[in-house]
Amino acid sequence: MNLEQLEKAFQDKIDQEIKIEPKDWMPEAYRKTNIRQISQHAHSEIVGMLPEGNWISRAPSLKRKAILLAKVQDEAGHGLYLYSACETLGISREETINDLHSGKAKYSSIFNYPTLTWADMGAIGWLVDGAAIMNQVMLTRTSYGPYARAMVRICKEESFHQRQGFEILLTLSKGTAEQKAMCQDAINRWWWPSLMMFGPKDTESTNSDQSMKWKIKRKSNDELRQNFVDMIAQQIKFLDMTLPDPNLKWNEEKGHYDFGEINWEEFWNVVKGNGPCNKQRLEARKKAWDEGAWVREAAKAHADKKANLEKTKAA
Amino acid sequence: MKSSFIIKQFYGDIPDAGSGNQTSNHAASKNDWPLWEVFIRSKQGLDHKHVGSLHAADAQMAIENARDVYTRRMEGVSIWVVESKHIHASNPDDAGSFYEPAKDKIYRHPTFYDLPDELNHM
Ligand SMILES: [Fe+2]
Ligand SMILES: [Fe+2]
Repeated sequence: MNLEQLEKAFQDKIDQEIKIEPKDWMPEAYRKTNIRQISQHAHSEIVGMLPEGNWISRAPSLKRKAILLAKVQDEAGHGLYLYSACETLGISREETINDLHSGKAKYSSIFNYPTLTWADMGAIGWLVDGAAIMNQVMLTRTSYGPYARAMVRICKEESFHQRQGFEILLTLSKGTAEQKAMCQDAINRWWWPSLMMFGPKDTESTNSDQSMKWKIKRKSNDELRQNFVDMIAQQIKFLDMTLPDPNLKWNEEKGHYDFGEINWEEFWNVVKGNGPCNKQRLEARKKAWDEGAWVREAAKAHADKKANLEKTKAA
Repeated sequence: MKSSFIIKQFYGDIPDAGSGNQTSNHAASKNDWPLWEVFIRSKQGLDHKHVGSLHAADAQMAIENARDVYTRRMEGVSIWVVESKHIHASNPDDAGSFYEPAKDKIYRHPTFYDLPDELNHM
């Protein structure tokens, strides 16, 4: 088969909803797009541990501490599922991680915002994990098999993340005046960045078509964002709090909520590295990597020695 | 913001400029610990099923990491790990001819046989 025929056969498979597996032929651009998307998704899970990790030692009770610890551990797991899915496309783990550290690969901008109060743990679980879930549920149907399977596993674990976050806010919302204010403040700070997680408007993201055609992505940024707004606008009623958007209003005709304009200048600013915590996050990752070097080397030396010993015993 | 800055975002707000463009076909770099495939038996009586892979220095570490990565919610009662380089696989490009022999043998399926409806327990 020539390239054109291969490409056609590939697209036919996608159109018939047949998943693409690692050893199948795929266009180079499909491979690269998936490597980029999956590795950046993995980096997001890993960097995403930092803002929450910040509160583990200061959780208000042993129960909350255990829950937060379990959640952060899950995010590490998500990163690992995704790194291994990415490796099936022929890139090494080390290369992937180097790309993060050099700034060549990115991660979701939401993690460049600071976590200032305990209520932020609630707002992150509810809004940030909530927004991630919206995207990840869509990705359980993505066309690349290993990515889709990792997403199924991740989605199963995510719902606890969102629920524990909402429960934190629910508890605060029934507390003292100070606790209520803290709850509202966290919602105010996390609302807009959560909406930004879905990316630029459809009219402004240029090459989205190819990704849709290959069924890597199956819903547009605006579609997902709208679903998210509709969901949160309902859920917030249980908290007796408000979303910081005067233009948020149910639109009977559309059957959706209308909402205000995102501050796109802020969005691009954080994307380009100028958010409040970009530098700090990357430094934390590099430091962890560098300080873990001796462990990786020692474990490797130990394994080599053991393997040699077994070889000589067998001889 | 000028739209010339706006580039394709595949995953939400993550910019894609210049990233992930290199693919190397050496899946394992020499500094990485070897890659292991993980198989988990979810409960007694069921087969081990492939769940994913991970890096570990040796088999024991692979099993311990597999426990932490793949069984945080009691998903398994038994774990197998196999170094990925020991897995041999059929070639998907040959799938057509490779599975051809089974294709025309529909008489291997019970539904091939046309029997009276009244006939029970068969
Ligand atoms: Fe996650
Ligand atoms: Fe999560």
